[in-house]
Amino acid sequence: MRRWLPFSPWHLLLMPLALLFVLPLVQMVLTSFMSSAEINQFPPKLLPTSLHLEGYRALLTETPALRWFGNTVLVSAVAVLAHLVLCSMAGYGFARLKFAGRGVAFLVIVATVMIPIQLLMIPTYLMFARIGIVDTLAAAFVPWLASAFGIFLMRQFFLALPVELEEAARIDGCGTWRTFRSIVLPLAKPALATLAVFTLLSSWNDLLWPLVAISDDNRFTLQVGLANFQGMRRTEWSQLMAGNVLATAPLILAFLFAQRKFIATMTFTGLKG
Amino acid sequence: MALTFAASSHAAVRKASPLGRAVRRSLTGWAFAGPATVLVVGLSLFPAIWAFFISRARWNGISPGVPVGWSNYQRLATDPDMLAAARHTLLLTVLFVPSSIILGIVVAIALNQRIRLIGFYRTCIFVPYVASAAATGILAGFVFNPQFGAANDVLRHLGIPQQQFLESPTQALYVICLIALWGEVGFCTVIYLAALQDIPRELVEAATMDGASRWRVFRHITLPELRPVTVFTAVWQTITAVQLFDLIYTTTRGGPLNSTQTVVYYIYELAFQTQRLGYGAAAAYLLFAVTLMLTIGIIWYSRRRGSEVF
Repeated sequence: MRRWLPFSPWHLLLMPLALLFVLPLVQMVLTSFMSSAEINQFPPKLLPTSLHLEGYRALLTETPALRWFGNTVLVSAVAVLAHLVLCSMAGYGFARLKFAGRGVAFLVIVATVMIPIQLLMIPTYLMFARIGIVDTLAAAFVPWLASAFGIFLMRQFFLALPVELEEAARIDGCGTWRTFRSIVLPLAKPALATLAVFTLLSSWNDLLWPLVAISDDNRFTLQVGLANFQGMRRTEWSQLMAGNVLATAPLILAFLFAQRKFIATMTFTGLKG
Repeated sequence: MALTFAASSHAAVRKASPLGRAVRRSLTGWAFAGPATVLVVGLSLFPAIWAFFISRARWNGISPGVPVGWSNYQRLATDPDMLAAARHTLLLTVLFVPSSIILGIVVAIALNQRIRLIGFYRTCIFVPYVASAAATGILAGFVFNPQFGAANDVLRHLGIPQQQFLESPTQALYVICLIALWGEVGFCTVIYLAALQDIPRELVEAATMDGASRWRVFRHITLPELRPVTVFTAVWQTITAVQLFDLIYTTTRGGPLNSTQTVVYYIYELAFQTQRLGYGAAAAYLLFAVTLMLTIGIIWYSRRRGSEVF
């Protein structure tokens, strides 16, 4: 196969494909630094003539984008933290502790994976309205405090862990909580990292639920804020692209730095989820 | 809370009766599993049951609901908007699922080669998956802008007439499918890449020694080995396609002329734009039932073909 080309023929497929996937994102970043006049030309230019910061300036002064960014950071941080604590505890409980109703409870949790968000959003909205948290940030993060997937992931991990270490700790007089906290949890770092990446990706990128639950524009998450901003100003492309950069850059940078962890998470979602 | 439960149960275990011990063990167990269980069940099973009762009422969320039995479901069956939305969802699913699977397999095989730049290629192809669908939709509105978008510029270079893309009722749904593929193929590729790396190397080597061509190795070894994973990707991508919302909200909002209004988007509009909660909940239940049937159908079909996966 190599004979008729100086390089592997796979490059002929992969190079255009890689560019097709990455160029729109490059254009997004470059456009965020263009002036409106530059953007509204045809044929479009990829490179800005000079670094224009009007898009960012307008976005940050005319919209509460910075606050939206802060809201998103807060919602995601609470989601990740709560997931790590609650799902690892529950996963350990279902994997190792024997208690009345364990089998049924776990079965119910696994079954809830089938229920789609579209079915839940109406009653959940009404429920949150009754307890008075609609239109607060709590409405955005409460559904992300724990998930069936997280519990399942942690349980599978703990089941695969050899039980001898914990037994030794028990014999040395460790209680359940101490065994969990100081023996089991430090061993669970890979699973916890997977859980954190999964929760970060889904809570940061979520649009539908916060869109439904929050209408006060100071409480928007970044995704909701941008989606609504776009609805009002379809033509302010430099501002929209600046907002897009704000919304995607943190996760893309995290991905570039921890690519292996992200890919491991995606694989786990696929093969076990 | 967990701390106190666990500590107290431990101290008491030594002298408690067998029954007391069992109770305390259960308390410890529930202290660990309880909080997450209550949250998950309280935010899924409970609302799902409530949604069923809502779906049998006419209700705007403010004035008291009027029970109407099954009539919401009956009306859905003849609602032209619902039927159009179902057609759009079906078309989107039928286009999206096979293309994302085929693309996923092809790209994964390409990325599984040991050639130069492979790390660069992998990064490029996986990165869109990390970008939010909302941002992707906004970006797509720019790239596919009929006046100055890059897509039309590419067509101009190829000598193809300029297109309206998302602003054309006949093209918008196909363009959305393309954008969804751009955002989701990375996921399929990762799954297939992992599956390819799980294929025992001896299998391929033995076949090659016996004189099998590359194509025959692919056809008779690689593809059958990928079948269990394909059942999963088929189910997963079907659910993704059926539930596609963010991308539609940030590109067309169901337009132009309702041509991209999918069932999920219609449910959102019914419940949160026109406050028809009962009718919306009925549509959501219908969608749930159909998705469940599709999932079971895919699994059943694959079992019949002889791959045990679930």
